[in-house]
Amino acid sequence: MAGSTGKKKTKNVGSGLESVKQVFKNIGVTFVEGDFKTKLSYLIFGFGPMLRGQILIGAVLLLLEVLFFWYMTGFGWQYLSKISTLGTVATQKVGRKTVYGDNSFLILLFGVLSAFAVIAFFVVWYLNIRENRKEELLLKAGKKLPSNKDTFLSLFDKNFDKTLLFLPVTGIFVFTVLPIVFMICVAFTNYDANHQAPSNLFTWVGLENFKNLVSFGTEGFGPTFLQVLLWTLVWAFLATFIDYFLGLGVAILINKKGVRFKKLWRTILVMTIAVPQFVSLLYIMKMFANDGLINGYLIKWGIIKTAIPFWTDPLLAKITIIVVNIWIGIPYLMLIATGLLMNIPEDLYESARIDGANGWQMFKSITLPYMLFVTGPFILTQFTGNLNNFNVIYLLTQGKPQSMNLAGNAGNTDLLVTWLYKMTVNDTNYKMAAVIGIMVFIVTAIFALGVYGLLPSVKDEEGFQ
Amino acid sequence: MNKSYKTKRTIGNVIAYIVLILISIIWLFPFVGLVLQSFRSYATEYGGMVDYLLPKAFSLDNYKFLFSGETNYVRWYSNTLIIAFFVTAFQTIIILCVSYALSRMRFAGRELLMRFWLILGLFPGFLTMICLYFLLKQFGLTQAGAIPGLILVSVASSGMGYYVCKGYFDTIPKALDEAARIDGATRARIFFTMIIPMSKPIIIYTALVAFMAPWCDYVFASYVAFGHDQSYNVAVAMTRWVWTNDYQGYFTRFCAGGVLIAIPVTLLFMFLQKYYVEGVTGGAVKG
Repeated sequence: MAGSTGKKKTKNVGSGLESVKQVFKNIGVTFVEGDFKTKLSYLIFGFGPMLRGQILIGAVLLLLEVLFFWYMTGFGWQYLSKISTLGTVATQKVGRKTVYGDNSFLILLFGVLSAFAVIAFFVVWYLNIRENRKEELLLKAGKKLPSNKDTFLSLFDKNFDKTLLFLPVTGIFVFTVLPIVFMICVAFTNYDANHQAPSNLFTWVGLENFKNLVSFGTEGFGPTFLQVLLWTLVWAFLATFIDYFLGLGVAILINKKGVRFKKLWRTILVMTIAVPQFVSLLYIMKMFANDGLINGYLIKWGIIKTAIPFWTDPLLAKITIIVVNIWIGIPYLMLIATGLLMNIPEDLYESARIDGANGWQMFKSITLPYMLFVTGPFILTQFTGNLNNFNVIYLLTQGKPQSMNLAGNAGNTDLLVTWLYKMTVNDTNYKMAAVIGIMVFIVTAIFALGVYGLLPSVKDEEGFQ
Repeated sequence: MNKSYKTKRTIGNVIAYIVLILISIIWLFPFVGLVLQSFRSYATEYGGMVDYLLPKAFSLDNYKFLFSGETNYVRWYSNTLIIAFFVTAFQTIIILCVSYALSRMRFAGRELLMRFWLILGLFPGFLTMICLYFLLKQFGLTQAGAIPGLILVSVASSGMGYYVCKGYFDTIPKALDEAARIDGATRARIFFTMIIPMSKPIIIYTALVAFMAPWCDYVFASYVAFGHDQSYNVAVAMTRWVWTNDYQGYFTRFCAGGVLIAIPVTLLFMFLQKYYVEGVTGGAVKG
């Protein structure tokens, strides 16, 4: 398995190098063999296509070139040129007036954007060259070029994918890719409460923040990071598997022959999914509070003398969260398991029964292996989802109870993501938030991509069919 | 032999019923509690936490308070409705487009795009909060303009959530497309007149999931609308009631507000439950 993926990768890298070579060869060959229209297109995008009657393509290419230079000269360059220092002129007070200097935040953000613009510019340049080459070859072969109308109409047929994907890809670029690249850059700067734009500058500090994350001195984040990471993993593991097996159990119970009102039981459980989580979770949080219903009744009935500190005791808070999460998780798994249980051929059970197997044996040797096999990827998604399960933790405890021993305002029940959120919102410690974010990515990626290849249902798709 | 098998089975069923009834009580308890406490007046009794479930006197004070004009509850509610409506419409369209392109068309960079989006999805969403806030601020879409801002951000990244829908499209036989293409239909025509009408269940599933999400959006909504009461959605406003105003006895008012939010959303969900189940089971198996 490992060998074959290894080979595949080298092959990919090989073909990657090959295609880079091809690109440069194309650029050279097109220039040498091309006519003056093509040669001029190297400077003026779309010049060739326009003279050959491909007005639409030519105009779009030219427009993109003009846009790029307009953007760079009017806006982009002033930021891109300062990206190596993130600004040197600090904001100062001259008399009563504030004289604004460089804004590091803007320099970084628009610097990154401009860097992307430069890359896009070269891509368009290459596309422009390829278009010229294509047209010349077509003409040389004595064929006619497609009319402008055909080119336009192909956007609804042959090139429909470009029409469909244009907006989604642009949206994801602006609101996901750009911010992520920006935040990855922030992890290598000293952007925090003391270096807030626009009044203060921030600058590159290399790996300083990552060193801080793993340093175990009095100021270091090391011990806290380890503790939060460990709890995140324990939480994700328990939340995933406890819910999985209990949900499976409930589904089997409802599916049991002779149990009536199946729909009613399911509907009751599904309520949990239907009611918005902030309503149900906030209510449950209050239910378990020191002055909440549960403690109130237990004291009234004389079972306990003082309130049970469900949310204020570190260990008890963790247990309560996991228990409440069962309440949320079971219905979801019950739904999925119900659908899948019906797919198991009835005659498997029939023959097992004839062989004298009891319920537990049938579960162990038929139901469970089948379910684990089919739902392998799903369990993995659940696991990575739980690693980042913000809502449950934040609505129930907000990461509390606080601890004096933890750095960065982390609480005992904080996951990496809630800690990241607190650092952004409460501490404005953006640099460390960015570092934690990268760590979350690494942890999630290890499970999502690393473990995925090891799953039996991925390795052997036909296994159970 | 036969008789003992029967008694065994009866006992088994009795145990099953007992367990199921217990489960039902546990699962319904918070909802019953929520409804009961929403009828406890904050004027004649204490509106905060108490140690009894049944209100001493039935009262609609909390509900009256919500609509009294002393709070912006109606505003928050319509904010959330507006967000949910637009997000549902745009997100469904975008997901359908992306799914069709990725399921039916083969173009250069398709695999690369899918892998790239998969990796992007592994970054925690809150990481980029500060940057998104700033981007929105550039366009004036924070605080007073938070509602269009929230819609924009939710819709912009929705293309990455195509998995379930693409999985469904993959199950529609390609032979149908090819037959239509031989008859001269364009890709766009196939998409609009063939695939979309055949995909009612998955469209409903996609729309339902998109509609439910804004009702729970606390994190980003509270960040973008920060300090601007008029732009809150219900999740932000109700969470603030629970956390910051407990000493004033806002708990029962939260219960009433929560009930009014939960009822329509829950009814809608129950009504479309069949499609939801189809969607999640299909998604779970395909991964």
